[in-house]
Amino acid sequence: MTTATALALAAEVRSGRRTARDVVEEALAAVAAGNGELNAFLTVLGDEARAQADAVDAEVAAGRDPGPLAGVPVALKDNLCTRGSLTTCGSKILEGWRPPYDATVVESLRAAGAVAIGKTNMDEFAMGSSTENSAFGPTRNPRHTGKVPGGSSGGSAAAVAAGFTPLGLGSDTGGSIRQPAALCGVVGMKPTYGRISRYGLVAFASSLDQIGPFATTVEDAALLFDVLAGHDPLDSTSLPSIPEPTLASVHDGAEGVRVGLCRDLIDGCAPDVVARVQEAADALAGAGAKVEEISVPEFAYGLSAYYLIAPAEASSNLARYDGVRYGLRVDGEDAAAMNTATRTAGFGPEVKRRVMLGTYALSAGYYDAYYAQAQRVRTLVMRAFDRAYESVDVLLGATAPTTAFDLGAKVDDPMAMYMNDVCTIPSNLSGHPAISVPFGTGEDGLPVGVQVMAPALGEAMLFRLARVVEEHAPQGAGS
Amino acid sequence: MPGRVTLSPEDVRHVANLARLDLSDEEVELFTAQLRTVLDHAADVAALDLAHLEPSSHPIALHNVMRADTPRPSLDREEVLAVAPDVEDHQFRVPRIGGEAP
Repeated sequence: MTTATALALAAEVRSGRRTARDVVEEALAAVAAGNGELNAFLTVLGDEARAQADAVDAEVAAGRDPGPLAGVPVALKDNLCTRGSLTTCGSKILEGWRPPYDATVVESLRAAGAVAIGKTNMDEFAMGSSTENSAFGPTRNPRHTGKVPGGSSGGSAAAVAAGFTPLGLGSDTGGSIRQPAALCGVVGMKPTYGRISRYGLVAFASSLDQIGPFATTVEDAALLFDVLAGHDPLDSTSLPSIPEPTLASVHDGAEGVRVGLCRDLIDGCAPDVVARVQEAADALAGAGAKVEEISVPEFAYGLSAYYLIAPAEASSNLARYDGVRYGLRVDGEDAAAMNTATRTAGFGPEVKRRVMLGTYALSAGYYDAYYAQAQRVRTLVMRAFDRAYESVDVLLGATAPTTAFDLGAKVDDPMAMYMNDVCTIPSNLSGHPAISVPFGTGEDGLPVGVQVMAPALGEAMLFRLARVVEEHAPQGAGS
Repeated sequence: MPGRVTLSPEDVRHVANLARLDLSDEEVELFTAQLRTVLDHAADVAALDLAHLEPSSHPIALHNVMRADTPRPSLDREEVLAVAPDVEDHQFRVPRIGGEAP
């Protein structure tokens, strides 16, 4: 079990005190011992990871610096393309598929000396909040194996929470990094839209999807973010600006920072979650922040708008699974019958629900009432954020309304499952960065996550405030 | 603008067909009920008067993203075809399209 931070491991490997191979063998052994129970990894990249570790050690031996993540094991969500290695998106329709290219983030990790040790479980095509929609069985929460880890990036959250790897990558379309981070008691962060390249991230809802880090500490999350942030000509939505480094200022504190304790990101949450957020606000005030209560009532419309926009984009993106070029094919007498047979057999129920919902929202007669209207709500939410950021620097609230729930509790009630995303969705609609930091536990002893939100490109401020929250977190299962 | 929409089983069959999905009668019944619940929740949004706002398709708008028109290697053809369900003569092979015999 790996308990060292990525910063500590990379320092040891870069200085030659420990080999990358040794670090990676330890991670692989932890996965071999513990993954059977948790099902966090769908694929373990044993040989590839050993070869990559040896390459890092060769760099060190030759007197070269292998990079800021030298020898650090990383868990990759299984919707990130890895050349020649299985990439399933948690779906039968991509079972056995080996992409012919690497995602840009996979290349960035390698260039920084990190070692990908496996691909993690997820809700099918990232549609879900519990990782129970995976075609390959649910992941269990390492803090309590009768509970869900959250989702859709539940496998990466669980891998980091279990100590398999100090770092993980997920994707966040409506909270799919932050919510599982909260439920598993780790740090999870969604960057500004366009700050990290989406090239090689299998698309769910392209205007909302963003890749981001999981870690056990805010420092490690900032370290990983700094490695991945930057412009990529292969992603036309990648931001052209040079990213501001965040790790160097992570300990700059909260003195004088204006924090808006957002009622709309707390009201409706469980009382124990509300209590932790209030304590985090008090801790920030104690650290010199100017905390004030703020209301952004427009956030209330975010959930409905999201569950029209995301399915609409998904229905278009998932049209590519037609049995022609890759993945599953189920034969039919003509091409249309083959398309239908393939998609019917290959997609699980949640994907079918969302594809149909999106198709409906985009169809003649309903487009204006649903899809265009949801896009106007998106404008409404973005303007509401702008107004809030005239009086505060960051917003503070809950990440998820409750602690981790029982496996199976919400699988038959899609709307109850969607409600898990109510606090995380606004940042996806606006494209702003947000982070979940573990902050104590609920009455059930399970982790609670506190969410900090910042304006576009406010990652440095976000990590600073998150670090202060982390510093004051009560010790317990969540820390 | 519909305040409260009643999604019918026929609507579900129609969108399933558009989305190239084949549903059993039980699935039509289940999905009709589940999608109705989601659309009922969305009635709050559908009922808002937002005519004064422009729809946003992206959070951070970038316009006319161009790159230099320089040749660069594309994906390896054999590597791409190696993962295809059916290949003939370096091309994707599919069943016949439309009603004509091959």
